[in-house]
Amino acid sequence: MRALSRLLYRRPKLRLLALLSAPMVWLVVAYLGALAALLITSFYKLDGFSGATIKEFGFQNFTEIRTVSVYRHVVVRTVLVATAVTVIDLALAIPISFYLAKIASPRVRRILSVAVTMPLWASYLVKAYAWRTFVDPGDGLIKKVFGVTPGLGLASTTIVLAYLWLPYAILPVYAGLERLPDSLLEASADLGGHALVTFRKVVIPVLGPALVAGSIFTFSLSMGDYIAVDLVGGKTQMIGSVVYDNFVQNGPLAAAVSLIPMAIMLVYLLGARQTGALENM
Amino acid sequence: MKKTTIKTIGIAAVLAFTLNACGGSSSAPSSEAPSSEVPSTEAAADAPADAPAEGNEAAAGVSAPDLPMATEVGTGEGQVNVVAWPGYTEKDWVDPFTTASGCKVNVKVGNTSDEMVALMQTGEYDLVSASGDASLRLIASGEVAPVNTALLSNYADVYDSLKNKAWNSVGDKSYGVPHGRGANLLMYRTDKFTTPPDSWSVVWAADSTAKGSVTAYDAPIYIADAAVYLMSTNPELGIKNPYALDKTQFAAAVELLKGQKGLVSEYWSDYLKQQAAFKSGTMTAGTSWQVVANAAKAEGTPVDVVLPKEGSTGWSDTWMVSSKSKNPNCAYMWMNYIISPEGNALATEYFGEAPSNQKACALTKDKNHCTTFHAGDEEYFSKIWYWTTPTKECLDGRGPICVEFAEWNKAWTELKG
Amino acid sequence: MHLSKTARRAIAGLTSLVVVILWAPIIYAGLLAFNTAKSTTLQGLTVKWWPEAFRDPEVREALWGSTRTAFFATIIALILGTLLAFAIQRFSFFGKDALSFAVVLPIALPGIITGIALNSAFRQLGVSFGFKTIVIAHATFCIVVVHNNVLARLRRLPASLEEASADLGAHTFTTLRHVTFPMLASSFGAGAILAFALSFDEIVVTTFTAGANAKTLPQYILGNFSRPNNLPKVNVAVLVVLLLSIIPVWFAQRLSESGPGMASSR
Repeated sequence: MRALSRLLYRRPKLRLLALLSAPMVWLVVAYLGALAALLITSFYKLDGFSGATIKEFGFQNFTEIRTVSVYRHVVVRTVLVATAVTVIDLALAIPISFYLAKIASPRVRRILSVAVTMPLWASYLVKAYAWRTFVDPGDGLIKKVFGVTPGLGLASTTIVLAYLWLPYAILPVYAGLERLPDSLLEASADLGGHALVTFRKVVIPVLGPALVAGSIFTFSLSMGDYIAVDLVGGKTQMIGSVVYDNFVQNGPLAAAVSLIPMAIMLVYLLGARQTGALENM
Repeated sequence: MKKTTIKTIGIAAVLAFTLNACGGSSSAPSSEAPSSEVPSTEAAADAPADAPAEGNEAAAGVSAPDLPMATEVGTGEGQVNVVAWPGYTEKDWVDPFTTASGCKVNVKVGNTSDEMVALMQTGEYDLVSASGDASLRLIASGEVAPVNTALLSNYADVYDSLKNKAWNSVGDKSYGVPHGRGANLLMYRTDKFTTPPDSWSVVWAADSTAKGSVTAYDAPIYIADAAVYLMSTNPELGIKNPYALDKTQFAAAVELLKGQKGLVSEYWSDYLKQQAAFKSGTMTAGTSWQVVANAAKAEGTPVDVVLPKEGSTGWSDTWMVSSKSKNPNCAYMWMNYIISPEGNALATEYFGEAPSNQKACALTKDKNHCTTFHAGDEEYFSKIWYWTTPTKECLDGRGPICVEFAEWNKAWTELKG
Repeated sequence: MHLSKTARRAIAGLTSLVVVILWAPIIYAGLLAFNTAKSTTLQGLTVKWWPEAFRDPEVREALWGSTRTAFFATIIALILGTLLAFAIQRFSFFGKDALSFAVVLPIALPGIITGIALNSAFRQLGVSFGFKTIVIAHATFCIVVVHNNVLARLRRLPASLEEASADLGAHTFTTLRHVTFPMLASSFGAGAILAFALSFDEIVVTTFTAGANAKTLPQYILGNFSRPNNLPKVNVAVLVVLLLSIIPVWFAQRLSESGPGMASSR
């Protein structure tokens, strides 16, 4: 043991290697390799009858995506829904987290924290299915209580996705607010700033990375979802649905379509990295 | 930093390329898709209409790889892994099988043919209850092995009209045993349609009373249902087989479907969802299966089913054995059981389809079961177009001018918008 | 910050409303576990499904499958995430930024992409799908959760403590064991709990990396969407998990309140 310790002490590079080798293999070789394999698959073709993949390079899938309008529509629709969900969730996460972190008494804070995190342990599928029964245009609960219902479609999809990912948005924002010292807020007040000004000039800038971190979850989870949209979206298709439906039928096309949300998220993440949000996840 | 990323990606790409190159023979991207919404295109490979006579040739253009078939059934391996339609493997008949054979049945439910094909391609399953559109694909790609029907004592009692059909045999080699057969029916709410509808116009016509609450099967194969309707309403199109559509006929079917979209509340492939939707009234008319109607009625929903006058698409599922099966003995035991009078009666009565074994009719609890489902009624089934994989080589013999399955799939995605 | 009473009340009101909406579907599903009928409309209350659910081997297998998977995925994530955090915090090396970025990808990219990518990779390599492949997939997206927690804590650890330990004659591993890890304990705990939760309820990536027989609870639930007969048992299983989750959630709470350097800001 001591000999090994001495060796490691004297050879920092060896220490680094020991630390890095396992994660590197896992992440770079396995995961990034898999992503690269996906990229390559997107160039392959499908045998029309047997459904087998023909491993020849070609741009046919990309031509298909470019020329047939449905793919554009689906991408735009999905991005809009993901954006709406993100805006809703962050708009809700900020006041709720503020309440939890700064206003609530320690006991209330503890209870509410649990109340907000426990839903993460309730099955996503069951929650989504429950929403389906709620928004059902025939005899759903919402119709019974309020007389109107968002029905099965884009509106319900947005609502349900916002519902499902809200805890993921609250967690980083709450953590960010916890780290915000009260003294900063008091100082701002001492300098004459009332609540809104303090909020705008002190809280939000400090929360920036946390907000971005929260948005990564809500945006990404919405971009790829196909289960919730199938349950409450009626006839709606989103990117996730197209990828999933085609995965079984036409793998190369599915791979090609999946490159779109991948590219979008990569750009988003590279931007988010600048804000330091990635460490808040 | 940029250099690092590029280098990393480069290494990963090279690795990936090597992996791809080294990977075995072409494999379709099958996955353990969850048994939910992927539409299945179950195509019976048979050209209906004058079915019985024509049925014995394999669909044009299908060649099956030469695979060995079992020569004897030994002792059971203790378990068998099955891909099945929902409702095909319920405890009522699975448990007696397990007790008698010692084979535990592990079921993976597939909601659509495409899911099932994908699952079989993983090589992890022994048996699949394949509909006609899946079966030919499985045969052509070598996923399933020929079945030695001589080893199955109950095969003799199977209706002749179901043996060695175009969708489950190549040449004189049989690739499986039939589970039963049935039609896709029009299900409707009896409180909305006080006179039972007799035509599919309920789901196609722009002025339908069910506008806004129509449902359709969420799978590319449903295009054939549009074609079936066009065969009646637009005979000038010259459609002889709804799975053999040339470009003009295909375009017409897609147009019809686009029009239908405005009438549809939801497409379905998960039958629990359909059941719930009929109960709540979100859906009031559309294509469904007898088993769903039975379940809905049991729940108290006022529904009924009818076979409209234009005829319909249907299915006849074949139990097929994987060429990579790890439990072939249990697989053969299951096949023999499911076509036995006892097993077949239980299974087909539950699901609501015509049995494949003539002797099952005497054993159903409802003595009218076989009459209701037209078991052995070849005239009835002549109006049913069994699910079949559309191929480029037209199934009605017109030559290589038809739209093939991959295009049906793309059209379906495009249609849903 | 001085918030007027109305502002405080408004925010409190909003929070309460959101919490109620958060719990409504969960309570509804919980009630369905006691439903007399097998449908999604509540018709009456009974406990008859509970013994049935507990006796059902499929339910037990699913619960055990999810627990096992989450457990191993969490262990792997703990190891890899910690190793990586140490490497990143203490060294600078070629590709460090890229690696920090790469570790986030499995969780930041939509699950379906991770799923089909891993599925393709496994199939190319001829790896047979099963329990192992699910664990690998889950561990991959759980690494970052542990990594971020441990990294954050490592950054706040004063290096002097480890130096003192070395001065007192302890070698690397002793220091690790007696000084560093105890200080990191709460970040291990927080990371592990979150990783476990993520793995337990995951369905999308699982779908693409599971084998014929591997069964997790979400797969069981999804599979039973097509089998109306099992609806109440599904809800029983879900309710049981929810009730049991009070334990880890409570633990996570305690962990976040403890630990050095946590400003309690009041």
